[in-house]
Amino acid sequence: MSKPVLSVKDLRTQFHTRTGVLKAVDGVSFEVGRGRILGLVGESGSGKSVTGYSILGLIEAPGEIAGGEVLLNGQDLTRLKGEAIRRVRGAQIAMVFQDPMMTLNPVLKIGTQMIAAVRAHDKVSKKAARARARDALAKVGIPSPEERLDAYPHQLSGGMRQRVAIAIALLHSPAVIIADEPTTALDVSIQGQILAEVRRLADETGTAFVWVTHDLAVVSSLADDICVMYAGRVVETGAAADVIAAPRHPYTAGLLASVPAEHEPGTRLPQVPGSTPSLANLPAGCAFAPRCFRAGPACTTTPPVQDFGDGRTALCHYPIETDSCQPLSSTSTTYRSAS
Amino acid sequence: MIGFFIQRVLQALMVIVAMSVIVFLGVYAIGNPIDVMIDPASDQALREALIQRYGLDRPLIEQYFVFMGNLLQGDLGESFIYRLPVLNLILSRFPATLELALTAMMIATCLGIPLGLWAGYKPDSLSAKVIMAVSVLGFSVPTFWVGLLLIMTFAVELGWLPSGGRGPVTEVLGMPLSITTLEGWSYIILPAFNLALFKLGLLIRLTRAGTIEVMSSDYVRFARAQGLSEGKVVGLHVLKNISIPIVTVFGLELGSTLAFAVVTETVFNWPGMGKLIIDSITVLDRPVMVAYLILVVFLFVVINLVVDLIYGQLDPRIRVKAAS
Repeated sequence: MSKPVLSVKDLRTQFHTRTGVLKAVDGVSFEVGRGRILGLVGESGSGKSVTGYSILGLIEAPGEIAGGEVLLNGQDLTRLKGEAIRRVRGAQIAMVFQDPMMTLNPVLKIGTQMIAAVRAHDKVSKKAARARARDALAKVGIPSPEERLDAYPHQLSGGMRQRVAIAIALLHSPAVIIADEPTTALDVSIQGQILAEVRRLADETGTAFVWVTHDLAVVSSLADDICVMYAGRVVETGAAADVIAAPRHPYTAGLLASVPAEHEPGTRLPQVPGSTPSLANLPAGCAFAPRCFRAGPACTTTPPVQDFGDGRTALCHYPIETDSCQPLSSTSTTYRSAS
Repeated sequence: MIGFFIQRVLQALMVIVAMSVIVFLGVYAIGNPIDVMIDPASDQALREALIQRYGLDRPLIEQYFVFMGNLLQGDLGESFIYRLPVLNLILSRFPATLELALTAMMIATCLGIPLGLWAGYKPDSLSAKVIMAVSVLGFSVPTFWVGLLLIMTFAVELGWLPSGGRGPVTEVLGMPLSITTLEGWSYIILPAFNLALFKLGLLIRLTRAGTIEVMSSDYVRFARAQGLSEGKVVGLHVLKNISIPIVTVFGLELGSTLAFAVVTETVFNWPGMGKLIIDSITVLDRPVMVAYLILVVFLFVVINLVVDLIYGQLDPRIRVKAAS
């Protein structure tokens, strides 16, 4: 990978609550290169969204970034405050959120919101800002963009709204866009169109994407690299195709096995037993051990990062070996206990 | 839009008719005003004559239709006490109440919305907690008592402001107003502030609640992610979204202030409509009571109509529903 535009190192984000300090993000590291798409994968509560917010400095009390670095073209965003971080947000790094029904202000016209976004960083006239907004809408494949500027969000479909949100993120040609499950709320055909659009934008503009999702199908068709998170930690990294073909971490294997498309119809769909642990009450050592079919005595101690080369790592005492890596169907049998 | 407007006007008319029936029946049930007005020593013949003169011997339904017939011709009757057309009587008091109510609403809005925004923007700060404590006082301490305290402090102890009355007025568009002169302001400021306190507390709490809700919304987070300044986030996104409940309460409060500023008007001896209605009730001046209550209903209906129209401007989603 060429020199990364975004490099997250040992990021730690905590929430101070009555039940104690919750480590929502606990030492997360990853890198994204220019024009690359990184899939940040995990279940609900794995800390993937909080990671996204932390990168932009959008964590609010009682949360705080307790440590680590977020290097955007070499500049550490975690050290920026107030006006300094405001200048970066939207201009050099942007974000798209999960629910397009909620991310646009329902009482303001699309144009008003986009013009405000343009003028947040560039002191241009309203007319010039409007022209840029129109071009951005056209760039994400919105038909008759001039008319859309005068529409209110409720007059657009979910897919259109998410395109508008992506257009807003693209306004200042940022180096990186963090996309927090942006297609989860959309139906599959619209999702496919948007994924294709994003892939094209990444290739054409060189914008890097961090695509936060729980959907492995999305990642496999879109991402260059994958970073799997569990309970606030990165448990596996690697090139997308490699990780999906041969997962090293038992959790990744479990996630892959529970994708319905990979499964023979008429039989019970395998699933990872149990549910994501509460951050207030994490097991000692490996957080995944209580749900893991490979767990052994060593799992009560903190697992090491195993490096397999080519950017492939797994946070595990007993990673799945390449040579012994069974086809997914046989891996999945071990997960059948949950019924 | 036109259809919506016509529909609302028809609704308003129906409300006014219904209210006129209720008001008429209610006032009728209070008793015969002649008994209160005439000398108890006067003889039966005089009493009968008076009852006949005011048409009080006729069946209730007939009295109602006579009243409505006159109303439609702009004749609300004549006061039993003042011997003046009721409409003129009320309208002569109306400007005083109007300027008092508007000044009070202005004070409440100009202080309440910024304070509420701040309290919602920084809900955990000490200043926000102080603001909230003040707002609780605003609508829990009785108006008359605060009024008396204000008079004691600013009129009696400090001697800065007059203790009551209306002071000099100048004619503006045919209405005598006191807010046009500095001296007039010295008379209106205390009662207006007194009247504003409750609404101030209400607006602060309303604005704060709305602000807290909107600040945690996705679109505010998204706006911040775009690099919008905090001023822009609050001024553009928050203010417009919280304005609907604020406009609602503003409308209701304006109506009730115009109609029921009576306590403050009494404490500060302000010659407005509130004092007129209280005096009329004491002496059972029936035409004034009926006309006043119908006027109040009319005011509320008009204010609500305006509020509904403003809604459509503030929230495009309401516009769509109204059109369909």
